[in-house]
Amino acid sequence: MSLDTVKNATETPDASQPWKELGLKEDEYARIREILGRRPTGAELAMYSVMWSEHCSYKSSKVHLKQFGEKVPQNDAMLVGIGENAGVVDVGQGYAVTFKVESHNHPSYIEPYQGAATGVGGIVRDILAMGARPVAVVDPLRFGAADHPDTKRVLPGVVAGIGGYGNCLGLPNIGGEVVFDACYQGNPLVNAGCIGVMKHEDIHLAKASGPGNKVILYGARTGGDGIGGVSVLASETFDDSKPTKRPAVQVGDPFQEKLLIECTLEIFKEKLVAGIQDLGGAGLSCATSELASAGSGGMRVELDTVPLRDATLSPEEILMSESQERMCAIVEPQYVDRFMEICEKWDVIATVIGEVTEGERLEIFWHGEQIVDVPPGTVAHEGPVYHRPYARPEWQDALQADDAGKLPRPQTSEELRAQVLALVSSPNQASKSWVTDQYDRFVQGNTVLSQPEDAGMVRIDEETNLGVAMATDGNGRFAKLDPYTGAQLALAEAYRNVAATGAKPLAISDCLNFGSPEDPGVMWQFAEATRGLADGCLELGTPVTGGNVSLYNQTGETAIHPTPVVAVLGVIDDVNRRTPMAFAEAGQLLYLLGDTAEEFGGSAWSQVVHDHLGGMPPKVDLGREKLLGEILISASRDGMVDAAHDLSDGGVIQALTESCLRGGNGARIVVPEGLDAFTFLFSESAGRAIVAVPRSEELRFTDMCGARGLPATRIGVVDGEEIEIQGEFTIPLAELRTAHETTIPALLA
Amino acid sequence: MTTRIGVVTFPGTLDDRDSLRAVRLAGAEPVSLWHRDKDLHQVDAVVLAGGFSYGDYLRAGAISRFSPVMETIIEQAKAGMPVLGICNGFQILTEAHLLPGAMLRNNHLHFICREQKLRVENAETAWTGDYTAGQEISVPLKNMDGRYVADEHVLDELEAEGRVAFRYAVDGEAADGYGNPNGSLRDIAGITNAAGNVVGLMPHPEHAVEPLIGTGRTDGLPFFTSVLKKLVSA
Repeated sequence: MSLDTVKNATETPDASQPWKELGLKEDEYARIREILGRRPTGAELAMYSVMWSEHCSYKSSKVHLKQFGEKVPQNDAMLVGIGENAGVVDVGQGYAVTFKVESHNHPSYIEPYQGAATGVGGIVRDILAMGARPVAVVDPLRFGAADHPDTKRVLPGVVAGIGGYGNCLGLPNIGGEVVFDACYQGNPLVNAGCIGVMKHEDIHLAKASGPGNKVILYGARTGGDGIGGVSVLASETFDDSKPTKRPAVQVGDPFQEKLLIECTLEIFKEKLVAGIQDLGGAGLSCATSELASAGSGGMRVELDTVPLRDATLSPEEILMSESQERMCAIVEPQYVDRFMEICEKWDVIATVIGEVTEGERLEIFWHGEQIVDVPPGTVAHEGPVYHRPYARPEWQDALQADDAGKLPRPQTSEELRAQVLALVSSPNQASKSWVTDQYDRFVQGNTVLSQPEDAGMVRIDEETNLGVAMATDGNGRFAKLDPYTGAQLALAEAYRNVAATGAKPLAISDCLNFGSPEDPGVMWQFAEATRGLADGCLELGTPVTGGNVSLYNQTGETAIHPTPVVAVLGVIDDVNRRTPMAFAEAGQLLYLLGDTAEEFGGSAWSQVVHDHLGGMPPKVDLGREKLLGEILISASRDGMVDAAHDLSDGGVIQALTESCLRGGNGARIVVPEGLDAFTFLFSESAGRAIVAVPRSEELRFTDMCGARGLPATRIGVVDGEEIEIQGEFTIPLAELRTAHETTIPALLA
Repeated sequence: MTTRIGVVTFPGTLDDRDSLRAVRLAGAEPVSLWHRDKDLHQVDAVVLAGGFSYGDYLRAGAISRFSPVMETIIEQAKAGMPVLGICNGFQILTEAHLLPGAMLRNNHLHFICREQKLRVENAETAWTGDYTAGQEISVPLKNMDGRYVADEHVLDELEAEGRVAFRYAVDGEAADGYGNPNGSLRDIAGITNAAGNVVGLMPHPEHAVEPLIGTGRTDGLPFFTSVLKKLVSA
């Protein structure tokens, strides 16, 4: 194929172009022609097609995401908001923290190992591009039914990919989730989060300003992997009739990424960059157009200088390639030599591929001939915006009317005991250590808490013991029953998890996983969930700093449960004050904080015992969540509690099981007055936690709860080698441990 | 004069910062060493930290042993300088033939990260003097290629000369954290050379040096205090 230059495009206005194959709609192609005043060149078409894909342009979700910028709570912590590679929050002592959660769902279904691995790589580079040293990663994962044969293909591959890549980067993996549900059968959700730390003055933004500054591409050579990945993979539904899309998944090299991290941090340390951007989805198309449009607009790139892994790549392919482990920096001319020296030290290939120019056009040349001449903003930010129709699905009423409260409940103590064991050994409630033991949680020597704790926590300053915590949560079952409430429950749970460790929640990132936006029912779920999340963040005072939307998670007509995953970041002044979840001291008193109602809609009990999904999810009271959070944080700071565990899926019995097993101690429990044992053990009412209080602190603690109006009910004592629910049953810890810890290995090992 | 202990950074080394911290907490002066630099900068001992040097794409440790810094380390180790190889560092020491044997992929084929019980078998090496023989300690273990293997006669020789420094503790119940995690022959977790100055092990003492961090135990700190005492008294 001959080179399609700008000159050629002007001279051959009617040449037919593969816009459809590249995923563009007819009106989008027409819009490109209108912007340029001519037909696009092949290279331009490639750039627009990837940048205007759902994945990059958020064209279906944008109108709803706007709320996160509009309903902004008063919060002094925000330093950099939505729109950059990742948001940045102030955590005090001159430190800033950047964090984000992203999806790598579709690639991970096609090629579990590489899909998951490059998901980790991408989010880590996003964090790095803000000027931060990555300090921890988390991985919220969702798979099809635990006993489905394909889960045995996807899950071990995903876990090995996360481990294989993340472990080689030297980043502790401190949290996340593993959830099974048949709705994720053909659409596993592989979300990846990363936390980075920097000093305030080191924040770097993705912009190219200053004419004459050099554009340096550094890191791995560009290859043919992942070409069109964003447009093809992230934006279309899987369909058996089409050919396999394996080549569109990128292949990761964690060793190269590790070098890139160290090299970049050294470059930051010497303050050598004026702007920086990582290369992820849409590769160079994205990096050049975003950098240029965020700066003064002008940039000239000599595309033939890009180091290649495959010399036969066409300019279009180079622009679209999603080869991993690459970054693009804007460097003032006088710093270029030093920049190159540092890259050489770390054996990282670096090439000046262009420079920032006076004009407002992004111009790309191939062996001297111009193949791209566009206003960069039109590529990066002026993609189509869809106001997709949305409507409450007609089945929603029937689903909500199918009340889980009517399900048969256990009639005898024996039956109750049997259901407890069934619950704690069910794949969703069972121990996930088979998964998390494949991740390095110790590296860097700052891990204070890691899975299965409520939140992961790392120390960020060895002198002052300042630390940050993060929890990720999402419950697709709740969101299916009511997307607005479901999104708020995800937020509330992550908030509660962070507070349970003693850290103060500051801000959130989200990963919104939904089905096809072309289905009005799915769009309604999306609209409701984003509205719920935005309202919730406003009330809790935790701004959304950024995140990611993953649509088209459906096979044929069947969408996944709407699954908004929320990551809450918190700060703790002194990690010595953190509250773990283990009941480590016999004799300590157990208190249930919050109110317990008969709430079983979407509960683990309804799933495990009755395979049922219906009714309404638990009610949300964000004022109560805030109060609970304050009590948990105060109790941690003043040493009033030795352990805390949030209550969420599986309710009281799940939390007791986890905390007892973690601490190696049993508990004697009395069912509180006014509650029946079944409701007490299995209800999933929100806004609750269990704490272990040393006897010497009991009065102080209950006084505090009383004064601030948080219900605190003494439910028992840490003691013995069994969990005893008085008047009902006992389960020896050994039996409980076997039930809780053997399920996952038996399914997957 | 303070005792200087160097920690080598190869491309792909991950636990260098942790090892430098452990050296500092033990009371010695931590010194960063760079793989391309033959100069050891007057250090009195060297730690080869964990990670995936050069990506470990060929074979764990296989390329690192040929790096400039290793030339000097091999020479100095033969002359008696204390050298500790942790995880990837242990793999490098076997590739460099400073210690016998080799590490293969774990028998279960997974990366494994857990708290691991070890029994100290030899408390007389440069790096184990602050332990007592038979003592049981718990430190993190995290690796993909951790299965120690060697010829039968080499294993017999190691046993006969008391050169098995650590074994995966198998007394007590066979629950998590106990027992052989990877199929290592004779439950060997770490070994020493005949002179006792070069020690290699797969588990990570440098991750167990602070009460709050990681496992919440400080069972790994004596590695670093041991060598410090040895050097000060020498």
